[in-house]
Amino acid sequence: MYTAIVFLPLLGAILAGLITMAGAQARHPVGQTSERRSLRDRHAEGDDHHHAPAAAGSRAAEIITCALLILSAILSWVGFFDVAMGERQGFTVPVMTWVQSGGMSADWTLRIDSLTAVMLVVVTTVSAVVHVYSIGYMAHDPHRPRFFAYLSFFTFSMLALVTADNLLQMFFGWEGVGLASYLLIGFWYQRPAANAASIKAFVVNRVGDFGFMLGIFGLFVLFGSINFDTIFANAEALASDQSATLNMFGTVWSGETALTVVCLLLFMGAMGKSAQVPLHTWLPDAMEGPTPVSALIHAATMVTAGVFMVARLSPIFEFSISALTVVTFIGAVTAFFAATVGLVQNDIKRVIAYSTCSQLGYMFVALGVGAYPIAIFHLFTHAFFKALLFLGAGSVIHSVSDEQDMRKMGGLWRKIPVTYVMMLVGTLALTGFPMTAGYFSKDAIIEASFMGHNGMAGFAFVLLTVAAAFTSFYSWRLIFMTFHGRPRASTEVMNHVHESSAVMLVPLFVLAAGALFGGILCSAAFIAPEESAEFWKGALYAAQDNHIIEEIHHVPGWVKLAPFVAMVGGFLVALFFYILRPETPKTLARQMGSLYRFLLNKWYFDELYNAMFVRPAFAFGRFLWHRGDEGTIDRLGPDGISARVVDITGRVVRLQSGYLYHYAFVMLIGVALLVTWMMFAG
Amino acid sequence: MLNWPILSTITFLPLVGAGIIFFFIHGDEEVHRRNMRHVALGVTVVTFLVSLLLWIGFDPQNPGFQFVENADWLGGFMSYRMGVDGISMLFVILTTFLMPLCILASWESVQSRVKEYMIAFLVLETLMIGVFCALDLVLFYVFFEGGLIPMFLIIGVWGGPRRVYSAFKFFLYTLLGSVLMLLALMAMYWDAGTTSIPELLNHQFPASMQFWLWLAFFASFAVKMPMWPVHTWLPDAHVEAPTAGSVILAGILLKMGGYGFLRFSLPMFPLASAEFAPLVYTLSVIAIIYTSLVALAQEDMKKLIAYSSVAHMGFVTMGIFTVTAQGVQGGIFQMLSHGLVSGALFLCVGVIYDRLHTRKIDAYGGLVNRMPWYAFAFLLFTMANIGLPGTSGFVGEFLTMLGAFRVNTWVALFAASGVIFSACYALWLYRRVVLGQLEKESLKAMLDLSGREKLILVPLMLLVLFFGVYPQPVMNVTAASVDNLVAQVEAAREGATSAAMLGR
Repeated sequence: MYTAIVFLPLLGAILAGLITMAGAQARHPVGQTSERRSLRDRHAEGDDHHHAPAAAGSRAAEIITCALLILSAILSWVGFFDVAMGERQGFTVPVMTWVQSGGMSADWTLRIDSLTAVMLVVVTTVSAVVHVYSIGYMAHDPHRPRFFAYLSFFTFSMLALVTADNLLQMFFGWEGVGLASYLLIGFWYQRPAANAASIKAFVVNRVGDFGFMLGIFGLFVLFGSINFDTIFANAEALASDQSATLNMFGTVWSGETALTVVCLLLFMGAMGKSAQVPLHTWLPDAMEGPTPVSALIHAATMVTAGVFMVARLSPIFEFSISALTVVTFIGAVTAFFAATVGLVQNDIKRVIAYSTCSQLGYMFVALGVGAYPIAIFHLFTHAFFKALLFLGAGSVIHSVSDEQDMRKMGGLWRKIPVTYVMMLVGTLALTGFPMTAGYFSKDAIIEASFMGHNGMAGFAFVLLTVAAAFTSFYSWRLIFMTFHGRPRASTEVMNHVHESSAVMLVPLFVLAAGALFGGILCSAAFIAPEESAEFWKGALYAAQDNHIIEEIHHVPGWVKLAPFVAMVGGFLVALFFYILRPETPKTLARQMGSLYRFLLNKWYFDELYNAMFVRPAFAFGRFLWHRGDEGTIDRLGPDGISARVVDITGRVVRLQSGYLYHYAFVMLIGVALLVTWMMFAG
Repeated sequence: MLNWPILSTITFLPLVGAGIIFFFIHGDEEVHRRNMRHVALGVTVVTFLVSLLLWIGFDPQNPGFQFVENADWLGGFMSYRMGVDGISMLFVILTTFLMPLCILASWESVQSRVKEYMIAFLVLETLMIGVFCALDLVLFYVFFEGGLIPMFLIIGVWGGPRRVYSAFKFFLYTLLGSVLMLLALMAMYWDAGTTSIPELLNHQFPASMQFWLWLAFFASFAVKMPMWPVHTWLPDAHVEAPTAGSVILAGILLKMGGYGFLRFSLPMFPLASAEFAPLVYTLSVIAIIYTSLVALAQEDMKKLIAYSSVAHMGFVTMGIFTVTAQGVQGGIFQMLSHGLVSGALFLCVGVIYDRLHTRKIDAYGGLVNRMPWYAFAFLLFTMANIGLPGTSGFVGEFLTMLGAFRVNTWVALFAASGVIFSACYALWLYRRVVLGQLEKESLKAMLDLSGREKLILVPLMLLVLFFGVYPQPVMNVTAASVDNLVAQVEAAREGATSAAMLGR
């Protein structure tokens, strides 16, 4: 059954891919020379593919991928009740061998435990919902089979990631989702911005992978294996034992410090995939992709892979307090940074993107203070309400003729009431309104950061609470700017505004149900002290002295109240700014111009990276090519040698002048030299 | 189980084909050309099929040489000795596999001197297979150097506008290395009294002699590989060579350097290899970073891929000289995978070069609009070039870096940065050539892959994916020989250390 969950999406991807390629073959003339072109092709030459008819088999591709995905989702829920909610212990399902070399072996194996079961449910459910939604959202796109093939391929990679039983398989899924993300961001390949964003996403992720790979090597050297079971079984012994050493970068690390080094390297990978500062720059740009993609990949699933990875490796991270402190710090900074940038963005999708970035920071803080179940719980609830927000935003964008700038929206709520309600639900859940999903998970994180024991926990608590206020502000700002106030779109656009079709709305209902009830239904099982132990069954490790899950129930009253106050505060300010006194934001932006521009330009990270890495890399490449290869190696090497040979032969040729007295003169000199030498040697 | 000399059959079958074309097909009519192409294709396909028997009959448990043939030659001074082990066998198959694809790739693009072209390729195949099968120093040298001549002609005759410059550069570089190797061969004969490779593998050269022999061999193999800084012949040679020439150059000729390191440098001069390992690491790491950056700045597609080849070969040399099971196996796997991937990339360039007759990246853009099949194939090979898990490119890179990390973390650190750079240049190339809007007038009439082109590229695509998901066939074949090699080198080093201790 678990094999089917993972491979059904792959089957869907392959079938949709075949439909794509068959369709492509039918539509495009083949061959090498243009003489063979038929009349029909010449006729079709000028046509613009934007308005091209849908590819043949679009409907078939949609039905196949959606059906397989829904089946996979149903099986996942069965597994969830079997493994996580039920009594069953974790187990593994071997598929086949992959790489064996010397002492290193990595097989294709599915590792099924409570953590995997939760992730399976999240991934397949959101993916199935997004698949169905895309039928409506992408209805006018001529490349639908390709789109669905990519989506299903992504789902397969993500499932391979969460079911990994060793680090190499995890890396396979890790890179697979990276590829899918690259392909989907660049789905509209005719747009330069989409192409640039897709490359950026891939390359920035690769920077993280660089650390991830080194971390894998480090673990192999320390444990002699990259299989989770072996590593987890020996982690505790290794942390206290000084004899196992890692000779790295000129220093010999042992015991806990060795684990710290490895954990930090692995965390670098997590930072890349989960868009944490300073590797976050790709995520906002990733919004160039179609909106369903943003919902699935860049909000609900792929970007949480880093969180999943740290949670999966909790048996290692738990033994390195330094690494956890760094995780807390990075998470807190990201949560705060992204929230500040979210305050001023005008693109509806970018606001939600920065919100995602910020919420991922929350999850990392929870991981950093050792509250792994809470992190995964927030991952779980966040997947529902963030996907809901994105798909709702997609519905808005769809209704206003593909406009994404909130300054050109406003007053839409009467025209699209269902979407409006759905967005409200998502916003309530995100801001942590009592009894919604976010209320249970996000507030628990803030409490955990208050009770956390590492050096950065207090710092994180302050930043997270402030960020909660910001979250509330930008979420309500989004609602007010989009749905309330006077319409700012042209009358023509306003006349076209229409509610989306059922195929797009039903998925919203599913997600809204998760966003409303996911928290209240699951919070006991996920994070209550007693029940959670039964639920996780050791899938998430906690060291002997880690009682954070218990401790958060003893926080002072004002800490419990703080996130609520922050939420209400953010709401009131937004209400004041955008409903009661709509001119305030502009005045404020003028008064604090530099701060406003600083935030609007996302703290100038992109500009900094361009100046520091991108342009120098190209310039240095050109320098090495012209000065290094051509200017030095070739000049001194082959070209130089052949030039010298030509020179010398040229001179030798000139010696043969043909004049007798030249030769006689040379002979005379020779005789003189010989005689001199003989006299001295004599 | 096989009684007839299968290695000789595989080696000389192409030569027979060349003979048929030379003696029996005269005239330069279209019909003659077609016959020549068909003969060449038929011979290479048969050779490939016969070579598959090698894989079937190969005993993966046996670390020694198999299918050994022996015959006296030149009055017993040296002998005609052939055989393969786990290290060399797959290179033979890689050669025979790529050859039919090369013939197919030249089907329409080569129209002048078809006869000579086909003969050159078939002779080249014989010589290349010979290199991997030869178990005698002199025989090896003959094959190794002989391969230069047809390649020199292929670049010099059927190449692009600067073909003569490139051909001579190629020739000069490689010849310089070979002269030193010839001297080393003679020295080895005088010391060991034999030219038989199996015997030499068990001969212990004095430490001081190893030092010089290693350097002499290194000069030859480093140029072939090519390692930085003797790599500058490669981009020029690739740019000027016809498509099939580039495929052979990248796919097989480069691998002779790595094979040489594995066959000679490591097992015969283990002490010198240990001594020079830091040098090799340094050059490898420089190659990985330096050429990746240079690739980023290229404006010519073939040059870009050529530079990326140098970077990938850096992983190979790094892995081989770690003398760990992972490093060496990874190095072998990387060579095989690179043979498929870079060969395929050059074929992809060839596809559009045949249509537009330029390799300038600027001349393209938005090809996906007209050529979706091409875009897909190119994407897959680009991803394999980047080393994405699930493609064959990943396994080798990962294993070599793992091996390097065990030996020296700094080396692994710098090599791993190549992972970032490769993504940059490869995706940047793909974006400029394939993606975007189709705006250029000259591209509006581009046609997608023809049936022949699909026949060439689809097998490569399948293999790249297959070996990425299931590399065990290669791992199983190489494991015994590699373990044996690693153990042998380690034993020699330990022997030397204990001898030194006793001497003190």
